[in-house]
Amino acid sequence: MPAELILPYKSQLKREARAEAAFKTLTMVSAALVLVVLAGVLVALTYGAWPALSTFRLGFLTREIWNPVTNQFGALAALYGTVITSVIAMLIAVPLAFGIAVFLTETCPLGLRGPIGTCIELLAAVPSIVFGIWGLFVLAPILQHTVQPWIIDSFGDLPWIGKLFRGPPYGIGLMTAGFVLAIMVLPFVTSIMREVFLSTPRSLKEAAYGIGATQWEVVWDVVLPNSRAGVIGGVMLGLGRALGETMAVTFVVGNAHRISGSLLAPGTTISASIANEFTEAFGALYTSSLIALGLLLFVLTFVIIAAARLLLLRLEQRGARL
Amino acid sequence: MRQFFVRSMVALGTLGLLGALSAGSARADDISGAGATFPYPVYAKWAEAYRRQTGIGLNYQSIGSGGGIKQIEASTVTFGASDMPLTAQVLQQNGLMQWPMIIGGAIPVVNIPGISPGQMLLDGPTIAAIYMGDITRWNDPAIRKLNPTLKLPKLDIAPVYRSDGSGTNFLFTNFLSKVSPSFAQKIGSNTSVQWPVGIGAKGNEGVANQVLQTTGSIGYVEYAYVVQTHMTYAKLRNQAGQFVAPSVQAFQAAAANANWAASPGFYVVLTDQPGAASWPITGASFILMHVQSKDPKTAAALKFFDWAYSRSGQPLAEQLDYVPIPAAVVKLVQASWSRSLKVNGQAVWPAK
Amino acid sequence: MSNLARRRLTATLALGAAAVATAIGLAFLAAILWTLFSRGLGGLHWQVFTQTTPAPGSSGGLINAIYGSVVMTLLGVLIGAPIGILAATYLSEYGRTGRISMVIRFINDVLLSAPSIVIGLFVYTLVVVPMGHFSAIAGAISLGIIVIPVAVRTSEDMLRLVPQSMRHGSAALGAQPWRSITSIVYPAARSGLLTGVLLALARVSGETAPLLFTALNNQFWNAKLTQPMANLPVVIFQFATSPYKNWQSLAWAGALLITLFVLFLSVIARLVSRMFGVRESRVE
Repeated sequence: MPAELILPYKSQLKREARAEAAFKTLTMVSAALVLVVLAGVLVALTYGAWPALSTFRLGFLTREIWNPVTNQFGALAALYGTVITSVIAMLIAVPLAFGIAVFLTETCPLGLRGPIGTCIELLAAVPSIVFGIWGLFVLAPILQHTVQPWIIDSFGDLPWIGKLFRGPPYGIGLMTAGFVLAIMVLPFVTSIMREVFLSTPRSLKEAAYGIGATQWEVVWDVVLPNSRAGVIGGVMLGLGRALGETMAVTFVVGNAHRISGSLLAPGTTISASIANEFTEAFGALYTSSLIALGLLLFVLTFVIIAAARLLLLRLEQRGARL
Repeated sequence: MRQFFVRSMVALGTLGLLGALSAGSARADDISGAGATFPYPVYAKWAEAYRRQTGIGLNYQSIGSGGGIKQIEASTVTFGASDMPLTAQVLQQNGLMQWPMIIGGAIPVVNIPGISPGQMLLDGPTIAAIYMGDITRWNDPAIRKLNPTLKLPKLDIAPVYRSDGSGTNFLFTNFLSKVSPSFAQKIGSNTSVQWPVGIGAKGNEGVANQVLQTTGSIGYVEYAYVVQTHMTYAKLRNQAGQFVAPSVQAFQAAAANANWAASPGFYVVLTDQPGAASWPITGASFILMHVQSKDPKTAAALKFFDWAYSRSGQPLAEQLDYVPIPAAVVKLVQASWSRSLKVNGQAVWPAK
Repeated sequence: MSNLARRRLTATLALGAAAVATAIGLAFLAAILWTLFSRGLGGLHWQVFTQTTPAPGSSGGLINAIYGSVVMTLLGVLIGAPIGILAATYLSEYGRTGRISMVIRFINDVLLSAPSIVIGLFVYTLVVVPMGHFSAIAGAISLGIIVIPVAVRTSEDMLRLVPQSMRHGSAALGAQPWRSITSIVYPAARSGLLTGVLLALARVSGETAPLLFTALNNQFWNAKLTQPMANLPVVIFQFATSPYKNWQSLAWAGALLITLFVLFLSVIARLVSRMFGVRESRVE
């Protein structure tokens, strides 16, 4: 039935049309706001970071020095710490997540899958600051008194890689931060892997079973290759999360703007430096250097997350075509 | 049923939010200050007592001397607090004035199994060597020479330093620079320096906490923190060659020689003072305010500081083992308020 | 060992390792929850809810921090959720297939995982510096910015679940799109949208970094939005790294409170989506 029969008055029709224009504009503005926020963050950060970037140029990325007294700043120590802690976190979390995802999709009794899956996801609900204080008060003493001395004794004297494991056992440092990050990132990577494994076409798996493959061979040779893009995307999302995490790391990383060869040494990450020093940084160059660190982190996570999303997008499209 | 549930939740939530937002708007504004963690225990105690007496609150954020200087320069707080005095030149550049509020001491603390408070004897050059990474174990000969009777374990030293911009850092590095030329050359004296070894922690609280948590660690914290948490402090050798334990008397002995009247902007550093009973790492903590202030709470802040200097505030400070500023110096300080502090062109002291 | 036996052994070992991995994951959760409860419950006395944060060594509670957190998170969601839902409305109703929508979705997903400390820096330069001081409203704005991408993502998913037949039916009766959306689509997706808002609320409740440079903290009770306001995460941050026993126990109590709140919200969100459900269309 045409609109004229429901709304007999022309004024009503005009009103409806105007309301439609207004509402549509409202939604468009809100959607545009998403882009505005991103652009705003980039612009504000670049503006704030400009004094530091123009003073130090590329040297900002390659120098380790961080001296508020002589006003010399370089991001290398913070970058190093950010990358190392995230790499340690991924090295621990990815195999664990893979194992949990395999368990939950293959061997776990059907009735338990829901509860155990929920429990793993509960880890994601725990606020990051709780991870931080748990790391400082519970994990660090354990590491200092039992695990780290063992590591130093067993691996510290090996040729080449021994350098990674030397040094006094502080309990806090890059390794501890890496451990805490691993636990934080675990639920994200696990849930993505689980989703991706569950979306493997049954026919592929049945075909493998049909020619006599064991359950593990199906997982390793059929499910995993099929889910490759999704797994990589999930890992990269976890990596992006680890790179940007602040509170969990600030408590246990040791706050030392230094690059030492050992994983047991204290260090710093970009977000921990900003969190610890920003409210107290005085001097325009100091503040600007911290904002430059923030810009660096934002660009880094942007690149990694964008790549991950693109990968996952391609997987979705490929899945739709199948 | 569902409609009822949803509508009532929304209504309750809105009412609650409105009620919450409108509550508490009838109180007077708090005075805001930020800065040093060195005097934080006594400022917090003063704020609590002042609030009980007058109803006016003092919101002090202990974010470190560097932060205090930054916040007052940006005028985001009514006053800043710093343990490092600013030079007359810097004060003039930023239109600030400073005065000493309280005197305390920075104490080296350790966490070594089997060592109790006051047992450990250290001196400046040894501590400097520890923080430069030259001495790495507790049973090092240099430490054993100072402590022939102590059983020192073969334990790695974990030096803990201040990771934030801190006046306590300034006092500590100032003392070490005075007694160790290589420390002065390699690291220097300032609120924030580049430490070659060790772990960083935020605030006096952070260092105290880290030392308590880490076996084999050494750190430096303000005396109130040592007392409040029963930390294992070490005795220090002063300029006269005597090993002294930290105490109010030791801080007073160090402060006795200070010539406040002759120092422009009250710039006095009390480290490594002469005297057999002097504590080598003594320092005053300063308040910073704008000379030409636009902040309407300036007068209220001055009233608070006057109260803190008086018989109402001093006993509280002494309870926490801080040394009050001598009465003669208080008179000088208040004279400088009358002379220099103006809000919108008008003098604010003496209060009307 | 025969080939088959070897393969079977590998399978058993590998799947056994997977079970061990799951046990490790669950063990971490148990360890964290155990620590939270054992240290937090001890500090959770009724004064926590009636007194403000104390000076070191004095007794006190967390009421000003709890109040501040509640106000700022609610305000943040109030700011961010409508924007998010409206943006999702555009993406789902008006621009479902356009190129600009693809770009917006992509950027939104990136913002979703962006480090929250960067958002705090952004709001500091934009709000705190011009205002001249820290304030609760700056804190609420930073939380709101974090809520927007979460709300956009979940709302768009929920709006898309509403069958097209409902929109078509409404259009056939002569309704403009906005009327179809507000009278048909929103009510149909109601529970999903609510779930999204609850999840966003849970997400920002535990955020600390953005509040560090915006709302700062306050030792006393403050209800004014233009002044620094106490909040649980920053209080925990300050108290936990201090050497005072009363502060540390309050920090654990606060951590327990936040965790319970977030867990509670997650459970409620699940219940809501199950209780109300997406209304199935009966005319297909």
